[in-house]
Amino acid sequence: MELRKFLSSTTDLSTCEGPQDHVVLSSRVRLARNVTGRPFPGRAKKASRVETCQFIQPAIAAASLMRGGFSESMEPLQALDKQLLVERHLISREHAAKGAGSGLVLSKDETLSVMINEEDHLRMQALLPGLQVKQVWKKMDKFDTSLEKKLDFAFDAQLGYLTACPTNLGTGIRVSAMLHLPGLVLTDQVNQIVQAVTKLGHAVRGLYGEGTEALGHLFQVSNQMTLGESEADIIERIHKVVLQVIEHEENARQTLLRTKAKELYNHIGRAYGTLAHAHIVSSKETMNQLSLLRLGVKLELFKGLTTPMLDELFLLSQPAHMQELVGEKLSGEERDLHRADLLRKHLGKVKGLKLPE
Amino acid sequence: MQCCQPDCENEATVHLTEIVDGQMKKIDLCEECAKEQGVTDPKGFALADLLLGLGAASEMESGSGELECPACGFAQADFKKSGRLGCSDCYATFAEPLEGMLKQMHKGTQHVGKVPKALRQEMDFTKHRQQLEKQLSKAIETEDYEQAALVRDQLRGLDVPPEEPVEPLEPKPKSAKSVKGGEA
Ligand SMILES: [Zn+2]
Ligand SMILES: [Zn+2]
Repeated sequence: MELRKFLSSTTDLSTCEGPQDHVVLSSRVRLARNVTGRPFPGRAKKASRVETCQFIQPAIAAASLMRGGFSESMEPLQALDKQLLVERHLISREHAAKGAGSGLVLSKDETLSVMINEEDHLRMQALLPGLQVKQVWKKMDKFDTSLEKKLDFAFDAQLGYLTACPTNLGTGIRVSAMLHLPGLVLTDQVNQIVQAVTKLGHAVRGLYGEGTEALGHLFQVSNQMTLGESEADIIERIHKVVLQVIEHEENARQTLLRTKAKELYNHIGRAYGTLAHAHIVSSKETMNQLSLLRLGVKLELFKGLTTPMLDELFLLSQPAHMQELVGEKLSGEERDLHRADLLRKHLGKVKGLKLPE
Repeated sequence: MQCCQPDCENEATVHLTEIVDGQMKKIDLCEECAKEQGVTDPKGFALADLLLGLGAASEMESGSGELECPACGFAQADFKKSGRLGCSDCYATFAEPLEGMLKQMHKGTQHVGKVPKALRQEMDFTKHRQQLEKQLSKAIETEDYEQAALVRDQLRGLDVPPEEPVEPLEPKPKSAKSVKGGEA
């Protein structure tokens, strides 16, 4: 099946709402697994990778959670297909560069995906909207267990699941939450929070760009250590840390409303003005301004605007999605024109922007 | 919220959580005290921790000369170059030089957590139990009751008869075993 016919519409993808989604956009669990008796993908020759892929791929595609899903080698996928997958966070950039001997299996709703022969034989990912790290682990755990019937995973009683990189040994788990932190960025507190969370043994990074420069004020918090601590404990710690960050973000937003309301309304009003009226707009500017609109919606300053609509615009304004929407290959400058058209069309007619005087 | 430093009545604007002796501690400071404590100075923080994983990878101890994995032919020099191993057998081959690195990189060097169902029976429970018992007595000795409770829970987990899954799993058809190995 063609990938682009398979992929969910951006509207469907953006309708999901989850707990605490005023700050937490999504929760994700990634597991690294390898099968026994075969060299890791980085070491294997091409013929061996192809053979391993042919061995693993049917086993995954046959899993009940993958019913109605998409299963394909990376080889026939076009560059634009791969970029669409990267923009949806369904595959890594590294995997997008792969061809024959690597594969991809996606569930129907795109919440479960498996990269075959990325750095490890299997890199599996489950995703849920909002703060649902425990639920998303449950889903991943169930899927992983169901694969044990067909695949013998490389496992050692002392070191746990064996992975190509020693940083993933043990549980092979990477739990992450995607956080929207405009309040902490605007109050200049985000670096302090990043440092505090890092001190607790977690990794924090800007999703697009680093630190205060993080585009769209989006940050990802994830565990760093995978060996010597159970999945449940790792998840519990992430959950607690995220709850604390949420609290700080909420406080920051309240502080802004209390002490810098004019400045805040100015930011949000200008963001709206730019996106609703610009004729040339870069993806970087779009991300940052959409982020401010999202903040405005969550602070109930807009009537006719919803977060699913903003999330959809965020996805659609990425380069590959922009080209898919327009239906032709576009240069960077052309994309900036089409992006502005798209934003004007959707935001220009929004009524009820209600910034207090 | 008030600043937690003694003799300070300012409003706390800097909120930190620190692990002290295994206990989570919340610290709330005002801007001034935070500066005094070096909290706003990024260099005062172990940001390097984040990079530890990467740094350590290049420092795999040389150990006893040039090792090579009998299964995949991977050599120690290959690891230094890529930071990745060649196959699952490499972990046995390079166990010694890897040990120090794993200690730096992870919380421990003994896996805790999920075990593939088929291997649960085969695993050496006695060995695992002994390790946990050692950990337990050490935790009690140092009065780290949180850790002791954690280890005790793990020991209890071992008491579940190996034939039965530790957690309830979805019912599986009996024929599933014959599929094992896969139809490549
Ligand atoms: Zn103070
Ligand atoms: Zn090897």
